[in-house]
Amino acid sequence: MSSWAMVLFQRDLRLSVRIGGSAMVGVLFFLAVVTVIPFGVGPDLNLLARIGPAILWIGALLATLLGLDRLFQADREDGTLDLMLMAGRPLELVVLIKCLAHWVATGLPLVVAAPLLSIFLNIDPVAMGAITLTLLVGTPALTLIGAIGASLTVSLRRGGLLLAVLVVPLAIPVLIFGVSAADAAIHDPVPFMTPFLILCSLSLIAAVIGPIAAALALRFAGD
Amino acid sequence: MSSSRTPEYLLKLIAENLTIDRGGRRVFQDLSFTLESGTALVVTGANGIGKSSLLRTLAGLVFLSKGSIRLEGGQDDRQPQEQAHYFGHQDAVKPALSVLENLVFWQSFSAPVSVSSFAGQKMEPLEALQVLGIGHTAYLPAGYLSAGQRRRLSLCRLLVTPRPVWLMDEPTSALDKASEGQLLELMNGHIAHGGLIVTATHTDLALDRVQILHLKAEIVEALLAEEDF
Repeated sequence: MSSWAMVLFQRDLRLSVRIGGSAMVGVLFFLAVVTVIPFGVGPDLNLLARIGPAILWIGALLATLLGLDRLFQADREDGTLDLMLMAGRPLELVVLIKCLAHWVATGLPLVVAAPLLSIFLNIDPVAMGAITLTLLVGTPALTLIGAIGASLTVSLRRGGLLLAVLVVPLAIPVLIFGVSAADAAIHDPVPFMTPFLILCSLSLIAAVIGPIAAALALRFAGD
Repeated sequence: MSSSRTPEYLLKLIAENLTIDRGGRRVFQDLSFTLESGTALVVTGANGIGKSSLLRTLAGLVFLSKGSIRLEGGQDDRQPQEQAHYFGHQDAVKPALSVLENLVFWQSFSAPVSVSSFAGQKMEPLEALQVLGIGHTAYLPAGYLSAGQRRRLSLCRLLVTPRPVWLMDEPTSALDKASEGQLLELMNGHIAHGGLIVTATHTDLALDRVQILHLKAEIVEALLAEEDF
């Protein structure tokens, strides 16, 4: 990859782990959501194991939404976005790299935390692996789809809620196939690979459509 | 970038019939000007007359309702705004990164432009910081800089990536007298290298070769007066 892309990636990663960044906020929120569920549902271990994959996936979706509003907004507020539009680099690629850095900072920690949180939900080791794997391939799709919402709401001061409303419906297919792949690994009415491959393809589609749509929206946001 | 080669085309920024609407209101219409290599265009006029809008239009950040902007003699495969630096009111400085990290990022991220009739040279980030007198802050987080220092850091951006066109919106704001002189020196240096400057300002800038574009209200018209040219 060319050097400017690497530089952009490193910068975004640095910004999200330093003061004012949102790298750990998402994973803490994920932890909060998942630990609260057993208190609400009660000490029924079988029930927890059955709904466990869904809880983890919904928790991951909400945690991803939490950090998305700053994806482009921080850059717009201080004029960085204007300069990025003038930099002479393909904006679609810029968006893709920013999403990648954002996912590494906020999505990857969720994937890493998932096995630990699975223990809280009485999920057995095989299912634990399956859920982690589905989160690994599925959460990039959430970030990339979210980038569309983030770019559309970039000029709104309190765009976070609108962003969630825009993004959640688009994220439903990812949620469905993510949870059904994880369920398939536990109960096996269907083979694991079928929903899992669809989930992979959703991520790949999002990797194409997300940056193109977000770049288009950002070009108009300059005005 | 070799200045020894005689340029076939002189660098020329041509704006034709620029018309822009913002928020349903016409800001100006049919504004045309031509700016040649080694000249500065000073845009003057009252507040809210559209100076900043003009600069943002040239920077490709505001959409044209009509008209065109061309950079003759520039790189054909790049848009005019991709061969320009925009030095506006916002500093694009990230407080969490160090001063040097900020500058190194912009040097690598902005594509440099090399054209035959522009002899501007790339400056190393640390050297640029020294020139602007903030070399001692290089490893500090940029959040600790004062407004004037942030402005100077933002100005360093123009030095580390050579680009022939500088678009400067109120370049002297937040700068003290000494840095103002330094800014003028840099701008004159840029002009001497064959660069172009478009600047909106209220203060008199003692630039070497200047055209003045005065924006007036009512029938929004532009008067082109040429001085020392």
